[in-house]
Amino acid sequence: MLPSLTCPSPTATEPRSGGPRLLHENALRDDLNKRRQTPANYTPDAARRLLPPYRTAQPGARLRARAPPPARKWLERGSGGSRCALAPQGAGKPPMYGDYEAQRHWQEVTYNIPIKQWYFNTSDNNLQYWGLDYPPLTAYHSLLCAYVANLINPDWIALHTSRGYESQPHKLFMRATVFIADLLVYIPAVIMYCCYLKETSTKKKVSTALCVLLYPGLILIDHGHFQYNSVSLGFALWGVLFLSNNWDLLGSVAFCLAINYKQMELYHSLPFFCYLLGKCFKRGLTGKGLVLLIKIAVTVVAAFAMCWLPFCTEAEQILQVLRRLFPIDRGLFEDKVANVWCSLSVLIKIKNILSPQTQLKLSFAFTFLSLLPACIKLTLQPSLRGFKFALVSCALSFFLFSFQVHEKSVLLVSLPVCLIINEIPFMATWFLLVSTFSMLPLLLKDGLLLAYTGTTLAFLTVCTASFSIFEKTSAEDLQLKSFSLSIWGYIPWLKPFPKFVKNLFLISITLMGVLSLMSAMLNPPQRLPDLFPISVSVVSCLHFLFFLMYFNIVVLWDSRNSRNQKKTN
Amino acid sequence: MRSDTSERFSLAGGGYVMCPAIQASACVRRPPPFERSRRAHRFPSAHAQWRLSGPVRAGGRDMAVAAAGGGSGGWFPALAFGVSLLKCLLIPTYHSTDFEVHRNWLAITHNLPVSQWYYEATSEWTLDYPPFFAWFECALSHVAKYFDPEMLVIQNLYYASYATVLFQRLSVILTDTLFIYAVRECCRCVNGKRIGKDLLEKPMFVLAVLLLWNFGLLIVDHIHFQYNGFLFGLMLLSVARLFQERHLEGAALFAVLLHFKHIYIYVAPAYGVYLLRSYCFTGNKADGSLKWSSFSFLRITLLGLIVCLVSALSLGPFIVLGQLPQLISRLFPFKRGLCHAYWAPNFWALYNAVDKALAVIGLKYKFLDPEKMQKAAMTGGLVQEFQHTVLPSVTPFATLICTVVSILPSVFCLWFKPQGPRGFLQCLILCALSSFMFGWHVHEKAILLAILPLSLLSVQRAKYASLYLILTTTGHFSLFPLLFTAPELPIKILLMLLFTVYSFSSLRTLFRKNGPLLNWLEILYLTALVPLEIFCEIVFPLSPWKLKLPFIPLLLSSVYCALGITYAWLKLYVSVLTESATVRQKAE
Repeated sequence: MLPSLTCPSPTATEPRSGGPRLLHENALRDDLNKRRQTPANYTPDAARRLLPPYRTAQPGARLRARAPPPARKWLERGSGGSRCALAPQGAGKPPMYGDYEAQRHWQEVTYNIPIKQWYFNTSDNNLQYWGLDYPPLTAYHSLLCAYVANLINPDWIALHTSRGYESQPHKLFMRATVFIADLLVYIPAVIMYCCYLKETSTKKKVSTALCVLLYPGLILIDHGHFQYNSVSLGFALWGVLFLSNNWDLLGSVAFCLAINYKQMELYHSLPFFCYLLGKCFKRGLTGKGLVLLIKIAVTVVAAFAMCWLPFCTEAEQILQVLRRLFPIDRGLFEDKVANVWCSLSVLIKIKNILSPQTQLKLSFAFTFLSLLPACIKLTLQPSLRGFKFALVSCALSFFLFSFQVHEKSVLLVSLPVCLIINEIPFMATWFLLVSTFSMLPLLLKDGLLLAYTGTTLAFLTVCTASFSIFEKTSAEDLQLKSFSLSIWGYIPWLKPFPKFVKNLFLISITLMGVLSLMSAMLNPPQRLPDLFPISVSVVSCLHFLFFLMYFNIVVLWDSRNSRNQKKTN
Repeated sequence: MRSDTSERFSLAGGGYVMCPAIQASACVRRPPPFERSRRAHRFPSAHAQWRLSGPVRAGGRDMAVAAAGGGSGGWFPALAFGVSLLKCLLIPTYHSTDFEVHRNWLAITHNLPVSQWYYEATSEWTLDYPPFFAWFECALSHVAKYFDPEMLVIQNLYYASYATVLFQRLSVILTDTLFIYAVRECCRCVNGKRIGKDLLEKPMFVLAVLLLWNFGLLIVDHIHFQYNGFLFGLMLLSVARLFQERHLEGAALFAVLLHFKHIYIYVAPAYGVYLLRSYCFTGNKADGSLKWSSFSFLRITLLGLIVCLVSALSLGPFIVLGQLPQLISRLFPFKRGLCHAYWAPNFWALYNAVDKALAVIGLKYKFLDPEKMQKAAMTGGLVQEFQHTVLPSVTPFATLICTVVSILPSVFCLWFKPQGPRGFLQCLILCALSSFMFGWHVHEKAILLAILPLSLLSVQRAKYASLYLILTTTGHFSLFPLLFTAPELPIKILLMLLFTVYSFSSLRTLFRKNGPLLNWLEILYLTALVPLEIFCEIVFPLSPWKLKLPFIPLLLSSVYCALGITYAWLKLYVSVLTESATVRQKAE
């Protein structure tokens, strides 16, 4: 909560949705390079005026001259944020700005344009320039913020003229909106969740809440890079909270809100679906179960209808929104994301070999196969514990194998991992550290090196101090008792398991630390400019594959616990 | 067994540095002095048992609790490391002109010979701290040149490259290590009579949080920018040494501290009298009064020697160079006004406010001649010189008299009713508060001089806890105007809330049995700070008065805080003076 406010100014170098930029990358680079040679008349404004919007979609970060000597580089990096405030014409900013500008632009659009045109390309709404591509709730939230912004300073959201607006008060306002959203949705959800944890002491509850709230990834992305992830994640968390208290209807409403805030929440949808379905099955599909199923279905449909009400007038509206939400033409992956496809592209250039349609099918098949076991298991034996673990493994499968994944999507995996931090503190801490590390290239671009170091170390300290994670590496603590019993017959050398895992953890931490240091301090060799981002994503991807295996094993070998639960029930 | 070890490790934290045996034996060597006599009588063998049962014993739980109670366990490093990380996150925030002051001193001490240090005046921020601090800056400058040599050029006024900021901020964070060590020593002085309870309810833990995470110190050092951390570290360390009966060490540390920053001279009377009374006189008569025959010449010679040595080391070179008058004129500039630009919330703030009020009333009802009052236009403290219109103007000498008079009772109390180190600490706090109340050109930051030592007492007794809550809340609130930039607004408010909520809740749980800590009036006063802050920071800037009367928020908050601090000062004085009487009655 606190570090969030001390993070430097919002990012401006990384467009979230690359849109057409791949097509025009080279053309634009040449163009800007030419301008660079005549610096006298090159100003950001001039660049913006001269370049039509569809050609300016290049993130300027790559254009940034890599002149500073390595010794100074880390200082420069750290200063990026604070400098943005001082020098608004920073090299990386003019054409497209960043997520900060995207959010501001949405406020501008939603406030000034009638609701029917929000998702359509019109003369007032240029979809190439940060067009709305999130579901209606995000748009409503922007509208709400826009009303407040209009009260304070109408210039902030003036149509057309406010593009690229940046000032100290505006930054404060935007940061405050994230913080307030955080305070209203996410933080209460975390606190409530920890209060309702069963069979734990107060001290454990407090430390769980502290660890979850201090998770660096979310803080850095929401309050450093600038996004509103905590809202959708918070709604999803409310959903889990309600489900764990057996208020299934409320839970499904909360989760519908989450999906309608960010479509990425679909990563979590299958476990929710399977859990509720399994619960209905368990009650008998002809009697009580059917009633519950119908109730839930009606609630979900009603919740969706409420959210989409203004768009329900014509089919074309709905289709256009859906097209905006799921753009298929963006390619298999973007930038350097730590999933399988990006890591494989080091060896095989899948993007070039296969057609987009085949890529889509391939990724769909892999995703489906990898989440199938956990979902089947959950449907057959719905338990709360299994539900949480299935949330993790499904989200992780989506992240690793699905189509068009952002590096920030790893937050969707981190949230359910935060939920089980009190059950498997060691693995959860490890995963959360890796997930933050996987976003390192993005964070470095945003000048968040200092904040990244500080928050990560703080998180590690808190986890170590409150859960004493290094003492919880036995097979039992990792929820692998039944699995290890069944497997030790075949692989006897795995006996000294705790020590092995601990060493693995230490090696991984060291590797991550060294890579972080190297990407922050060294210039990559001339021939391999993307060496560090690629190695970060490959290393994280290997970790994630390991975690996927682990979580699936935990889910599938969970029979003992569910049987115990049945007995107690 | 498993739960035992987990308990033990969770108490000892990740670091697991403190071996129970070491802790236990430390307790044996230096029993906590607050209640030394009572413990010695009651539990003569308890310590011995601890020593016998080493770390090998399987009863992990008891041992761990004892370890955490006997000293600071593994939670302490985690706490200190955590706050250091927070400080790192504050690096990019706003920094005041004090940043430039220290950069300038770095440049001066790096480039010029010692003889020029106190004459150099390129920048308006001349060197006005005693020699040890200058040497400290000189040492820092030898590291600074590896960060950015440009900051060491005297002519580079207001130079603040990122490397400079990083270096200066990191130097504050790293020198805070001394403060952390001192806090640790202080925590050991607090007795662990609540052994066996939850860690979060241990006085030691609470004290560590109250000191390490102190809001005032955080914003003054790590946002506003100053080096108070290690200086307060020296002070707390010397206090801890006095508690541990290592008097000579304590005296030496304080002497060194005085030559780092001379503002600590305000609390020197407490040190002088305490050392003279309780160290140089080795015994008391049966009724507790002074036994003249027990005066130890050896001890006073040792003390004198230490003080003289330290002073010679610091001032010697300048005496040899014949620069002492120049040095003193730099250290004690009486050219500045009675109050700082922003009135520190002390007696003079109330005095000024009454003067203003009288002037306004007088003008309204024609008691006063408007023509005579032309010069005394309401400048709201924006100008350093403040002309009083109705009440007599205050001279530096008058403030000196007031300060001495207000300090005297506490010093007398320390001399005639010695109560050991606790009495000394009370006197120290009273000295600091009294000088804050009546001093000449007091900075609002000086309130930390009273707040930090009072933390030590606050975890001991309920009445100090209630005093502490009033004093810290108002004192910290009065620091708000130090940070006036918009981005720091949420930081200061949230940090303040965090600290205040923690101090209220922890002290309340600590003294759960003693009933409510504050009465309704005090609660009302403290809660009124919230609307005051909302008015000053949000309502006022939007209102039309902003242009006409821009000083109103500062005036309001300083006068309002002055009320609270005066109240706390009076209450502390009354409690100290009456307590000694009751103690004597008991003795009789």
